[in-house]
Amino acid sequence: MADTRDKGLVAGRIFLYLVLIFLALLFLLPMYVMLANSFKPLEEIRNGQLMALPIDWTTAPWRSAWSTAQIGVQATGLRPYFINSFLLVIPAVAISTMFGALNGYILTQFQFRGANLLFALMLFSVFIPFQIVLIPMAKTLGTLGLAGTVKGLVLVNSVYGIGFTTLFFRNYYAAFPVELIRSARMDGARFFAVLFRILLPSSSPIIIVTVIWQFTNIWNEFLFGASFSDFSSFPLTVALNNLVSSSTGVKEYNVHFAGAFIAAIPTLIVYVASGKYFVRGLMAGSVKG
Amino acid sequence: MATLALDGIKKSFGPVQILHDISIDLKDGEFLVLVGPSGCGKSTLMNIIAGLEEPSGGALHLNGRDITPLGPADRNIAMVFQSYALYPNMTVAKNIEFPLEMHRIDRSVRAERVAKVAKLLQIEHLLERKPRQLSGGQRQRVAIGRALAREPQLYLFDEPLSNLDAQLRLDMRTEIKKLHQRLKSTIVYVTHDQIEAMTLATRIAVMKGGVLQQLGTPYEVYNRPANTFVASFMGSPRMNLLQARVSGSGGALELSFTKGDRAHAGFVLPAAAAAPLQPYTGREVIAGIRAEAVSIARKGETLGANQRTLAARVEVIEPTGADTLVVLDVAGQEFTARLDPDVDLVPGAMMDFQIDLSKLVCFDSQTEILLS
Ligand SMILES: Nc1ncnc2c1ncn2[C@@H]1O[C@H](COP(=O)(O)OP(=O)(O)OP(=O)(O)O)[C@@H](O)[C@H]1O
Ligand SMILES: [Mg+2]
Repeated sequence: MADTRDKGLVAGRIFLYLVLIFLALLFLLPMYVMLANSFKPLEEIRNGQLMALPIDWTTAPWRSAWSTAQIGVQATGLRPYFINSFLLVIPAVAISTMFGALNGYILTQFQFRGANLLFALMLFSVFIPFQIVLIPMAKTLGTLGLAGTVKGLVLVNSVYGIGFTTLFFRNYYAAFPVELIRSARMDGARFFAVLFRILLPSSSPIIIVTVIWQFTNIWNEFLFGASFSDFSSFPLTVALNNLVSSSTGVKEYNVHFAGAFIAAIPTLIVYVASGKYFVRGLMAGSVKG
Repeated sequence: MATLALDGIKKSFGPVQILHDISIDLKDGEFLVLVGPSGCGKSTLMNIIAGLEEPSGGALHLNGRDITPLGPADRNIAMVFQSYALYPNMTVAKNIEFPLEMHRIDRSVRAERVAKVAKLLQIEHLLERKPRQLSGGQRQRVAIGRALAREPQLYLFDEPLSNLDAQLRLDMRTEIKKLHQRLKSTIVYVTHDQIEAMTLATRIAVMKGGVLQQLGTPYEVYNRPANTFVASFMGSPRMNLLQARVSGSGGALELSFTKGDRAHAGFVLPAAAAAPLQPYTGREVIAGIRAEAVSIARKGETLGANQRTLAARVEVIEPTGADTLVVLDVAGQEFTARLDPDVDLVPGAMMDFQIDLSKLVCFDSQTEILLS
């Protein structure tokens, strides 16, 4: 009796693993295609063997995508735009995360009139499609003298992200033990001391979630980048688009694959590196004495 | 160290009034324990004293200074919370130091105070640990240490022992009492445990529904409860409250418990106990008798001036080890007696019990207020 049930369990397990492995391979397939073809000479791709490994391995497509490919008017490769994206993403993530924490703190720890209405309005900003804000935002950037600059993109992406980050931090702080805050206030901690000494040091899980979310969103963001930047301030996504869609000469698919992979590397690193801390942060919070 | 005066404190949340006109004066070094059923407003009153909640009316004075408009940071009051509220990201030493740092006290003084408090509470070996590496009792010590290190004018404790197991609770209770005797600090303490209240308090405030029922020493609250609520709330087993009738015969008054067509049970009152009952001759009252005022009547024993005998039937016998609780039927009313552990009783037996009336209290049967 018990024996047959065990056998059933084992069979179920094997089936489960097969399904999971199959799905994992399916999801990894595009990455394999990109990597394999980015190391091939162009002729090998032209022959139509998209799934095959390179016969004649070459790093030329990578070098070309990074530093010599034609993007817009100049043959600079993706490098300057890669730097632009970092100049955009680091301050924008930092600013939106900071404001998210501040808003979450205020919305949960101070029962002021209209707190819920204010939060509902901020939540609403999460659902506003990008397209709607394009024209007013262009006007605002123009007035501020930030049109066509990386600073302007930092502003746009920060403002747009605050709705999300506020949502994250508000929900996290709503479950924060009230007595800790009360205790800190009785111990003499004022507004910013409570935030910086008590709340933020216990917020690593939500900070990591917010940073991953904001980083990938802003790094991959295209519409604002295409609308509010010029040749000197393109983020990487826009530059990649220009690289792929440039109409002059032959289509260098291997260079396109390499370029696309370069654009994906930072988000991959963020996931792999902080995913570990994310899990660790959650564990630390859940282990009680 | 300081005096604390609560002056007509009121609190409403929206249309609901939670606290009604609470006035309490504490002398320097008093240990006030707030007790009352869940939801009666104890924590709300504590939060108002702490400055975490604003009163809707009334004023607070700490050592003569009006603290009503001040925020919690400016009141010089420390609080120990039920959940300990230790900062999880800081070590024990940092936790104790935190309030000192917030009050901009010199680094050298801070280190000195941390060391002193750690020694006093015997947590020196824990200073470098994080709160999650401590047991419940150790956390409680650290929380008390953090309050002590500040050397505030007033300490607030909101059910500090309720998360500890029974044995640890007793130990910590003794320690808090020792600490109070040693530091002579002024303390307001909330508990659900009336033994804790009796042992720790210099005065007890009994609350119900946001109204102060009685403010008095543990002795007064236990022996002279202001009304039937206090009488049945304080003490375990609770005070026996019997429907009784006062009848006059000549100068003496008789108290009888007979209900329905049961056999007569009652006694003639001693002069002292009879005095407050004179106006109630011919009327119903509620008689309050503690379980320990009862013992088994022995044949041929002469009764003292305040002792009477009462016939009752034994219903249930509950040995607790130190003594035996016996539920009796006195002319149809339930009555609990605390007797010697080695009494030999049989359920259903009818017997005579001896009752000490020196601590008899009677209450008006309508208002339920103590007659005195
Ligand atoms: N912020 C609030 N808004 C509305 N009602 C509240 C609020 N805080 C407390 N109350 C109400 O006030 C009453 C008193 O609450 P309080 O916490 O002071 O009770 P307590 O005596 O401490 O009870 P317990 O013994 O269970 O801790 C309760 O009925 C509670 O529902
Ligand atoms: Mg409470």
